[in-house]
Amino acid sequence: MNYLRVFLTFARNSLVRDMTFRANFFLDAFTSMVWVLMNLGFYTLIFQYAPSIGAGTGWEKYPFFLFLATSLFINSLVQTFFMTNMAEMSELIRTGALDFALLKPVDPQFLVSFARMEWSSIGNFFLGFLLLGYSLVQLGYVPGALEIALYPLYIACGVAIYYSLMIALAAASVWLGRNMTLLDFWFYLTTFSRYPMEIYRGPWGSPLRWAFTFIIPVLVVVNVPARLLVKPLAPQTPADWLLPLFTLLATLLSLAASRLVFNLALKSYRSASS
Amino acid sequence: MLKSLAASWTILRISLEERLVYRGDFALSTLMRFLPIVTQIFLWGAVFSAIGTGTNSAAGKTVSIVGYSYNDMIAYYLLTMIARSFSSMPGLASGIARDIRDGNIKKFLIQPVDMLGYLLLYRLAHKLVYYVIAIAPFALVFFLCRGYFPGWPDGPTLAAFLASLVMSFLLGFFLEAALGMVGFWFLEVSSLMFVFMLFSFFFSGHMFPIDMLPGAWGEIVKIIPLQYLAYFPSAVFLGKIQGPALAWGLTLQFAWVLFFFLACRLLFHLGTKRYSGFGG
Repeated sequence: MNYLRVFLTFARNSLVRDMTFRANFFLDAFTSMVWVLMNLGFYTLIFQYAPSIGAGTGWEKYPFFLFLATSLFINSLVQTFFMTNMAEMSELIRTGALDFALLKPVDPQFLVSFARMEWSSIGNFFLGFLLLGYSLVQLGYVPGALEIALYPLYIACGVAIYYSLMIALAAASVWLGRNMTLLDFWFYLTTFSRYPMEIYRGPWGSPLRWAFTFIIPVLVVVNVPARLLVKPLAPQTPADWLLPLFTLLATLLSLAASRLVFNLALKSYRSASS
Repeated sequence: MLKSLAASWTILRISLEERLVYRGDFALSTLMRFLPIVTQIFLWGAVFSAIGTGTNSAAGKTVSIVGYSYNDMIAYYLLTMIARSFSSMPGLASGIARDIRDGNIKKFLIQPVDMLGYLLLYRLAHKLVYYVIAIAPFALVFFLCRGYFPGWPDGPTLAAFLASLVMSFLLGFFLEAALGMVGFWFLEVSSLMFVFMLFSFFFSGHMFPIDMLPGAWGEIVKIIPLQYLAYFPSAVFLGKIQGPALAWGLTLQFAWVLFFFLACRLLFHLGTKRYSGFGG
């Protein structure tokens, strides 16, 4: 079985589907870009009043915009590939339509994860490029070869961690039946990764930062690739070296754990059809 | 009169019972809705700390952004959660548009039940149940965050706050219902709704106090009615709007409620003239 070919077929079918409702497609892409621009407006507004996000953290306007661009890349990839599929998955479980995925001669996790592709979300990916380029020009900074090589790798790690969390939560609907709350939970958890990790400090922030780095590693998702561009090759502390290494480990562990949860969920799955 | 009251009561009672079915799921999701507040607390903490160390800060002066101290800012976000719980009407406009599209609206045309009245009672019931269940998570969060509040406002301010909350419920209802009735002319309003949600999130003050907007933007958002859905009640509670400005604000809010109430009536009247229903 050639998984790449199956994946390309899925991608093509989704594109055909999206192009059938073309006006809707462009409207979707447009509105999600407006949403991003509005958020950008909000942060621009913040920088009208404050020189940086957090005293002494170095997250001034353009470094933070690099952070936002990184966040855009990761979120748009997750939305393009996984968001619809994961929302669909709890529905498949509830209606018993998951049977059809189980009967096909492909890995069921692969099938439910990639069946639909949301092409309209790719617009934000390009917006990310624009923001990245603009911020780099404003900073007058050209990333080195190592950063350019590692950046896509860590973007991929971020996507993988988000995906693992999402599919684990979606699979848990086998035990709960009604689970819109669980996918909402994913959304709320990932709000923690929207900002630089330095903002979590003090008696409440430090444990929070620790937990969201080492237990549910959502904080490394955007922070690690963004730091590659913002604090390049100037590791101030040993932790600056350790965090990227830890991220690789966290990615592998997250993927393995989500695979485990998915398979466990399949064991408890009772078909709902007659 | 008595009959219509009895009918109203029945509608309210049935809607109440319906809403209580998934109460566990519901209390949990209410509590989770406060999670983003945690990130807001840290984000604004970081922002204010950066202003404090900036070159333009005067020693010993409380750092503030357009008159909001750090504590005010967090209190503001918590208060917008209350305001939104009154003014948000999930599924109202899309529900009306769906009823128009699939013909369910026929039942209101042949039964002696007024559609807007029915929907208003239905929402009221949902909101009542919402408060009964959500009061526990709300109380918990507000108790934990009580340090951010300057204390209870005085009687008149509190009364104005409550009045603006009730009106924000009515404004939210009639505004969304009017949007839904656009469905008489366009069958699909979901994209229109999305654009509305986008603007409403940004310009209602849900995302930040709209005083922060500079120049013409600040002027525009003070004119459009969206600010009454989140910003206005919260700012009133915090004592940011007082005296004549408060009286004027409440009057304007009432005027907007009236405007959208009349708009709903008119759209419904014109829409049903256009509408044609087939089959049973």
